[in-house]
Amino acid sequence: MENKREMTCIICPRGCTLTVELEDKKVLGVKGNACKRGTDYAVAECTAPTRTLTTTVMTESGEVVAVKSNKAVPKELLFDCMKEINACVAPATVKQGDVVISNLLGTGADIVVTSYVE
Amino acid sequence: MTKVSLVIVGGGPAGMSAAVAAYKAGVTDLLILEREAHLGGILRQCIHNGFGLHKFGEELTGPEYAARYAEQVKELGIPYKVGTMVTGITEDKVITAVNPTDGIMHIQAEAIILAMGCRERPKGALNIAGARPSGIYTAGTAQKYVNIKGYMPGKEVVILGSGDIGLIMARRMTLEGAKVKAVCELMPYSGGLARNIEQCLNDFGIPLMLSHTVVQIHGKDRVTGVTIAKVDERRNPIKETEQYIACDTLLLSCGLLPENELTKGAGITMDRITGGAVTDQSRQTSIPGVFACGNVLHVHDLVDYVSEEAEIAGCAAADYLANKQSERVDITVQPVGGVRYTVPQKITSAQDTTVYFRVADVFRDKRVVVKCGDRVISNKKKIKLAPGEMETVKLTAQVLAELAEGTITIGLEE
Ligand SMILES: Cc1cc2nc3c(=O)[nH]c(=O)nc-3n(C[C@H](O)[C@H](O)[C@H](O)COP(=O)(O)OP(=O)(O)OC[C@H]3O[C@@H](n4cnc5c(N)ncnc54)[C@H](O)[C@@H]3O)c2cc1C
Ligand code: SF4
Repeated sequence: MENKREMTCIICPRGCTLTVELEDKKVLGVKGNACKRGTDYAVAECTAPTRTLTTTVMTESGEVVAVKSNKAVPKELLFDCMKEINACVAPATVKQGDVVISNLLGTGADIVVTSYVE
Repeated sequence: MTKVSLVIVGGGPAGMSAAVAAYKAGVTDLLILEREAHLGGILRQCIHNGFGLHKFGEELTGPEYAARYAEQVKELGIPYKVGTMVTGITEDKVITAVNPTDGIMHIQAEAIILAMGCRERPKGALNIAGARPSGIYTAGTAQKYVNIKGYMPGKEVVILGSGDIGLIMARRMTLEGAKVKAVCELMPYSGGLARNIEQCLNDFGIPLMLSHTVVQIHGKDRVTGVTIAKVDERRNPIKETEQYIACDTLLLSCGLLPENELTKGAGITMDRITGGAVTDQSRQTSIPGVFACGNVLHVHDLVDYVSEEAEIAGCAAADYLANKQSERVDITVQPVGGVRYTVPQKITSAQDTTVYFRVADVFRDKRVVVKCGDRVISNKKKIKLAPGEMETVKLTAQVLAELAEGTITIGLEE
């Protein structure tokens, strides 16, 4: 079945409106993207959407530090990932770039500290 | 009295980039004053990603973006004092600051860069009926609670205002297990970026209710719910459309205001529309040697542009201290037809200049026309323009030198 889907590209702040031509789940063409990354996004969005996850992790000192997934994770796993991250307590000495969870839920993404203390 | 060539007020991205730029341009006697315990400004609590694409070509989170500059400040050995609040600036550039170790300090500066950022419109400014129980926060305050203090301010949330901070917080609180029931926006369009509506609301099925507002807050000690209503074209609530939503938290994301008490105290000329100082292309204010950049000058949506602007101010402060002169011109930049404001508002030197501007409404298929009298300097087609997105036009040194004196208008035409 052929159909069209409109979506907003979230890759950069420009936020292009993409028109995607689909046959079943196969992408036939993408219009409206100002750069190539828009096409990749549209294809991923129609087949296996992913998101970068940013949140916080509790540390042993009782303070939280900011973290991110160093790779986008499947969108439908976001809440499972949150559960896993919220069950983790990181050492009080973690610093920017440290991995607190590796290969989160088998997604291949590591959870990395982003907070910075000068 | 201590003497310092260049004092930078505020250690956020603007203050840090300005300091780094000035240092690299030869200013070594400088000092950053920051009232919080760390450098980094508001970005420390903006833990989401999407920063730095423009500046570094990669997607960074707020703390990572801030760290890039904090590291440069440290590597270059630029002196800074944190936990230090500037309480006053005089017309002759005497700065009063206070901290627990030095007590009250008076510093005579030769040049000053103002980089105090902005704050959110306080809730008192919103006239909603009902008591003021606990559970009402600005989105930025909630962001600080969740991301810095690790504490969730509520479980069932309604957000008033669809600015980016509100959208980001809708996603953040949803991920942490809260139920965000609605985002109400008074205007018929959102002030946030399209990508944030997509990834913060649509991803989680959070409704964005345009042309809606909160008319009443319920609850005595704690918020128990809000009444919302649709508004007509004049933004008056329509009684018949009222509906009650149970919630324990109301977040307000109703825009940002540049933080300019110090600027006004120094007697610097202000722009009523931007809420910041009036500046020339180098970001120099009405007091020679006093510059402003970042959100204290006008609200930016992207920190990348904040850094760019701060570099301009930092280099200009270095030029001022080195007494460098360039060819003078006297040009006023005036917003017309559909354009709300421009930064800079004045051009005093013939050099390539990027003028930032914002439009007053959502427009489609318009031309951005730059003119001097009847002479068209540039004319560029735009498919879509929105108040939430900052636009730019470029003026070349040649055009400015030719013109030398007069008014340049920037407006939208069919
Ligand atoms: C809650 C909030 C969330 C935001 N989220 C985003 C976002 O997600 N993405 C984005 O691109 N932009 C965001 N912004 C805009 C953001 O502010 C800018 O991108 C950028 O941080 C502005 O940099 P700045 O240095 O001008 O201001 P700030 O980062 O606000 O830095 C100003 C600094 O000056 C200090 N200061 C102020 N007054 C004094 C004083 N009297 N004495 C000493 N120090 C003082 C403050 O403590 C602060 O550290 C957000 C703004 C706010 C308010
Ligand atoms: S298509 Fe390219 S330019 Fe447009 S939003 Fe996506 S990444 Fe940005």
